[in-house]
Amino acid sequence: MEEPLKQADVMKGTRKEEVLDIDHSPSLFKRGWMKTPVDIRPSMHCFAGEPARLKVVDFPNPRVWSAMDEDWKLPTNWKEIVMDAFKVRLDRFRTFKLFMDICVRCGACADKCQFFIGSADPKNMPVLRAELFRSVYRKNFTTAGKLLGPIAGARDLTIDVLKEWWYYLYQCSECRRCSVFCPYGIDMAEITIIGRELTNLIGLNIDWIAAPVAFCYKTGNHLGIQPHAYKSMLEFFQDEIEIVTGVRVEPSYNRKGAEILFITPSGDVFADPGTWTCMGYMILFHYLESLGLDITWSTYASEGGNFGLFTSHEMMKRLNSKMYAEAKRLGVKWILGGECGHMWRVVNQYMGTMNLDLAEGSNLEEPVSPITGTKFENTKSTKMVHICEFTADLIKHNKLKLDPSRNDNLKVTFHDSCNPARAMGLLEEPRYVIKNVCNNFYEMPPTTIREQTFCCGGGSGLNAGEDVELRMRGGLPRANAVKFVHEKYGVNMLSCICAIDRAVFPDLMRYWVPGVEVTGVHEMVANAMVLEGEKEKTVNLRNEPLAGTEESEDV
Amino acid sequence: MNVILSLIVSSVAVFGLVVIAFVGVWGAHLEWLFGVVIPYLAVITFFVGMIYRVVQWGKCAMPFRIPSTCGQQKTLPWLKRTYVDKLDNPVGTVAVVGRMILEVLCFRSLFRNTRLEFGNGQEIKYKSAKWLWFGSIVFHYTFLIVLLRHLRFFTEPMPFFVPIIEKVDGFFQLYVPTLYQSGLLLGAAATFLLLRRVIDGKMRYISLPADYFPLFLILGLATTGVLMRYVLKADVVSIKELTMGLVSFRPVVPEGISVLFYIHIFLVSVFFAYFPFSKLTHMAGVFLSPTRNVSNNSRIVRHINPWNYPVKVHTYAAYEDEFREKMIDAGLPVEKGAPEPAKPE
Repeated sequence: MEEPLKQADVMKGTRKEEVLDIDHSPSLFKRGWMKTPVDIRPSMHCFAGEPARLKVVDFPNPRVWSAMDEDWKLPTNWKEIVMDAFKVRLDRFRTFKLFMDICVRCGACADKCQFFIGSADPKNMPVLRAELFRSVYRKNFTTAGKLLGPIAGARDLTIDVLKEWWYYLYQCSECRRCSVFCPYGIDMAEITIIGRELTNLIGLNIDWIAAPVAFCYKTGNHLGIQPHAYKSMLEFFQDEIEIVTGVRVEPSYNRKGAEILFITPSGDVFADPGTWTCMGYMILFHYLESLGLDITWSTYASEGGNFGLFTSHEMMKRLNSKMYAEAKRLGVKWILGGECGHMWRVVNQYMGTMNLDLAEGSNLEEPVSPITGTKFENTKSTKMVHICEFTADLIKHNKLKLDPSRNDNLKVTFHDSCNPARAMGLLEEPRYVIKNVCNNFYEMPPTTIREQTFCCGGGSGLNAGEDVELRMRGGLPRANAVKFVHEKYGVNMLSCICAIDRAVFPDLMRYWVPGVEVTGVHEMVANAMVLEGEKEKTVNLRNEPLAGTEESEDV
Repeated sequence: MNVILSLIVSSVAVFGLVVIAFVGVWGAHLEWLFGVVIPYLAVITFFVGMIYRVVQWGKCAMPFRIPSTCGQQKTLPWLKRTYVDKLDNPVGTVAVVGRMILEVLCFRSLFRNTRLEFGNGQEIKYKSAKWLWFGSIVFHYTFLIVLLRHLRFFTEPMPFFVPIIEKVDGFFQLYVPTLYQSGLLLGAAATFLLLRRVIDGKMRYISLPADYFPLFLILGLATTGVLMRYVLKADVVSIKELTMGLVSFRPVVPEGISVLFYIHIFLVSVFFAYFPFSKLTHMAGVFLSPTRNVSNNSRIVRHINPWNYPVKVHTYAAYEDEFREKMIDAGLPVEKGAPEPAKPE
């Protein structure tokens, strides 16, 4: 493609043929990849981090720079910094060392990456993206590489190689799909995480990650919503809910002595369609209050997501600390977490290891549902429960009065978000919930769901405005699977349990599968719930008429 | 490096090895060097090298428990997990061992393989593609059988299973001496693995000389082995004298062993010595892969990171200091400087 894809193309749905005109098989006479320099294309990368963001978290080399410039304004000893840090991480992470050593380049991962499928850029094959790092590893840390150079697949870290690293580190969404197919479990996400950690040490980053990190650090959430504004946004939702249902819900904030602390991604407080999911939580909690739920929101720990994961292990730990610190300060017994993707990777695989000492001396204990008495034994160390686990348990015990026909206007499919699927295994809980709150549910093809699910194309901090072509290409495999059920069963609603999905999919659907909307699972739960004292419902949370009520409106 | 250059470099390297052994034995009569010294050095390199590798990996920390979960997690008691879920998303040692056995012996992950078909107009399909799995299984298991068959040369008396393997392997009793299927299948599988690297554009692009070299080497091994057994009929008695000498540490070099044998044993030696320095270490590495060999139980049991260090955080106190006025105005609770509650009348 000569001209990059623009947001206007997405809105108008144009130039699809051009986007799809790609060839996944490099020609016989194509130059070897090591000698093919990186071509940094607009709309395929994100803007560089602004200096102010980096200063907030004391990150190195804050400056104004752009990937399109020749000079990236690096410190003079950048190579030394990177190679020293590389060496340290080889000792700190068995994954990193092993994944540098044992790949046989069997190619099983090659056509599994959504960014390769959508772009056909051979350096987006996970194996080759990893080779960008392995080549430098061999040159610096292995005998064969030092002696034989390119014959052993080794090369020096030059400025061009560094630029290539940066470009492809931000075309990987750390989704782990490749690791499912790798016979040795080599996980590109792990290499990307460590690669991003290395490049951050010399000030190479993107603003769509650096900004949320800085905001989250200072104000408690990625969007920089200050405490009073957070409250007023939820107040706006209270009004909306009252208009639709006739019931006034009353959330509480920063309340000491509550039994449960609720933490969800701030994206759901901020933009549609996440806002309706957030209203869903509020309605659910209101309903459960009379059954004994004692829950509070926090403005300090008002972010479930953790863009630290996309920056460095240390930054992830710094941001995550707020969850236990706030749980201890408020004296809650356990934490309930909202629908979010990478948040749950952090909670399930990192949080306890990183920060459980912060919970020492707190009131935290093994989570028990106050409504059903169910012990969440699978969370007895970390003490944090996923809201789909919580709600599935409520439904199983018949604690919710549900009228699934209120969702009859929907034909729903479910997108497994990468992290809950491949870093947790939360597959059946959301499906159980969905099947109980709506009558029309259709699965996408088996090679595109559950552990084989595709990324939305904007995970791991790539959901910026400026990289729209990258998102449309990376999201193509998912969109294609949605298109299949849209055409076969008339699916008109793509449900998911991830705030980034909810932000990315509306654009993606508009472009590739017009006619499919996006929802969180708890929006559908709330729409199906029959509330005490509700008025006669004619519309759902989106103010769309419920099935069967359209005609009566004309009367 | 371009594919043509890679193929040339790696095939010339293997051919060079053949020439070295040929000239060394046929021309320079260095039977002791190629029949005794180099094999000893190679085996030492193999064991020391592999142990060093595994120790190096073992010394690396495992800071986090990050299994790739490929099935339903262990959660609410009524959510049933199938056996597949229990193995692909293991909790507990037994399940992890089960997952590793499937991975190491059955190449479980490779069995999932699919093939992309990218047509026009959003016609994207993922077809089942078991060929890579099948080729790899045949390749590795026939290699194992061939290795075990060679115990005939290194043991006296032979372990009971060697004649059994030979009998099964030569089941069809074709040709004299009996044709072993394992040798043919090994050659066929190695050829398949080589061809897919050359024919598939993606594979061609990612392949390095380090991928072609071991395949050429193995094909060289197999060819010299086949030639010795079926065509030139090597002097098996003398060869066994030499190999038994090696394992009993009383090396002898009998007269009359053909140069072909020395080429064969030299290629074997290079193969063993090359092992620890190459991608062939995947044989040991697969056991240590942290996305496969740990439980998905980090919410149940805390995993300890040996280098976990304290980090700078933004405390609640600092947060409240910055926003206290706004919080009070909005009616949010604060720790310090809260307005006095109205006194009850």
